[in-house]
Amino acid sequence: MSLGPHLLLALMEGTVAAFVLALTALGLTLVFGVMRIVNVAHGEFFMLGAVFAWAFAHLVGNPALGFLVAVIASPIVVGGAALVIDRAILRRFNYQPEATIVATIGLLYIIQQLVLIFYGPDARSVEAPINFRVQLPWFGYSGYKLVVAGIAALLLLATWYGIAKTKLGLVMRATQFDSETAQAFGIPVDRVYAAVFALGAMLAAIAGVLIVPIKQAYYLMGLDPLLLSFIVVIIGGLGSLRGAIIAAFVIGISDGVISVFFSPNLSKILATLLVALVLIFRPEGLFGGKAR
Amino acid sequence: MDRHRSLAFHGGALALLFLLQFVLPPYHHTNFTSIMVLATYGIGYNILIGYTGLLSLGHAMFFAAGLYAAGLTVHYFNIDPISAFILGAAAALAFATAVGLVALRTTGVSFMIVTMMFAQACFLLILYFNQVTRGDEGLVLSGAARQIGGLSLTNPTFRYNLALALFTGALVLCYILIRSRVGRVLVAIRENEERVKMLGYHTFRYKLLALALSGLLSGAAGASYALMFGYVGATFASIEYSIFALLWVLLGGAGTVLGPIIGALLMFYLVEWTSEVTQSYRIVVGAALVLLTLFFPKGILGTLREKRLRWLP
Repeated sequence: MSLGPHLLLALMEGTVAAFVLALTALGLTLVFGVMRIVNVAHGEFFMLGAVFAWAFAHLVGNPALGFLVAVIASPIVVGGAALVIDRAILRRFNYQPEATIVATIGLLYIIQQLVLIFYGPDARSVEAPINFRVQLPWFGYSGYKLVVAGIAALLLLATWYGIAKTKLGLVMRATQFDSETAQAFGIPVDRVYAAVFALGAMLAAIAGVLIVPIKQAYYLMGLDPLLLSFIVVIIGGLGSLRGAIIAAFVIGISDGVISVFFSPNLSKILATLLVALVLIFRPEGLFGGKAR
Repeated sequence: MDRHRSLAFHGGALALLFLLQFVLPPYHHTNFTSIMVLATYGIGYNILIGYTGLLSLGHAMFFAAGLYAAGLTVHYFNIDPISAFILGAAAALAFATAVGLVALRTTGVSFMIVTMMFAQACFLLILYFNQVTRGDEGLVLSGAARQIGGLSLTNPTFRYNLALALFTGALVLCYILIRSRVGRVLVAIRENEERVKMLGYHTFRYKLLALALSGLLSGAAGASYALMFGYVGATFASIEYSIFALLWVLLGGAGTVLGPIIGALLMFYLVEWTSEVTQSYRIVVGAALVLLTLFFPKGILGTLREKRLRWLP
């Protein structure tokens, strides 16, 4: 392949990765935006989504049907787990930021260990639900990856619509703006927090389901999406949804291109340098407001 | 009076560590050597999280800076261990200062995210230059290269006492720091940074100083580890090693001078004991972190200080 088509392939790979990353990072930044906490176990929700996708696909047998079941059931299971975590742990110390970080690091280890026990140390792949290839003049491209981009785009739009246009979104934004006043106006802040935490986990889990026919499900696969999401939210501004999505595309696409032409490790090192640069010139991130 | 009590308490702990070398069987003798080096790293971490209130999740990069600066120069340039140790500590000090200049521009949880990210970039850099560092596999430093004045660092007694000297140095430094005017400003920053600013202190400089000292101690521990145990590998730069420091400090009691060694000692044997039984150290580490935040946020010495020993620094 000559340089032009090679670059096109890298851009396409990067764009698909960027959509998945945007979903994952959106979950992280949404939780931070509303609840002011950082969930270090966010990558593990991604991994759980992938592992449950494998389990459901395995149970059902038929790849297309299995994928349909997984894309609906995995996020529900993971969201349920997130609700339990919220009730049993995070709420007990009232979402105190440092304690939340420490507890979610602990959860990261516990979830990894449980997956290791019940699922094992192997990386396992899931067959893609559809099997056509888009034939370009230079190379064939997996049709499934386009489906991934499509579903992710739909979900990003749905999340935006939900937050900007619905009653539920209004309640969320009110809680984000000032949780005490929201409470005074009768908004059940506790339940909003639980719902937002579950929603963040579900977004990561869907991203995991979507990725598993492309990459294999593996108990340590959560670290990369976590770190990339961290890079994205710091560049975009912690808590800013728009910033997260724009930064996800910048990082996702450049990660794709640099990974194809050089090495994946180099691309993450460069992304971190970019973070350092952003911090030097705009410590609050490109789209982050000043802390109130 | 309290001052004497506290001096006696810490002096007693050091004396106990000195005397233990005569009764410990060889296996635990080596474990204690490594625990004292790791606890030095813990003390470094504690200066930042315990006294200044800055939560870093990337301290493995400072430990690794010392480890690699010392280990690589011994391996490739055959320099003597004392110079290698100084070089390792200096490298970590310079590196921590550089990281601080960038990372301290953020506040609150962003600082945690940024330090974790930088540490991961360092880890990937080590893997990227694997022709020099041998990546995950690591480098073994020959025993012949690790001699100080005719005494070999492979000699257990010599090594134990060097580790004790390192730990004592770190402990004394930490003790003097927190009793000093600077130390009190750091604690004030932990309690309420805005108010300290209002009083006219340049808090950024104090935080940078805390980070630099913290990096220095972590790097000194890393350099000693490389020289004493003759192994340099990428695992020491992984996120896991940053989390271990956090766990030791929280378990022993953040913001207590002896907390890190108590935490390191307990976790070392807890992890080892569970590895024998189940091979699932992750669940122990995970459960310990969750339970600590839920039921025991002040750690062992922190709780003791609250209940009884009010004079404990």
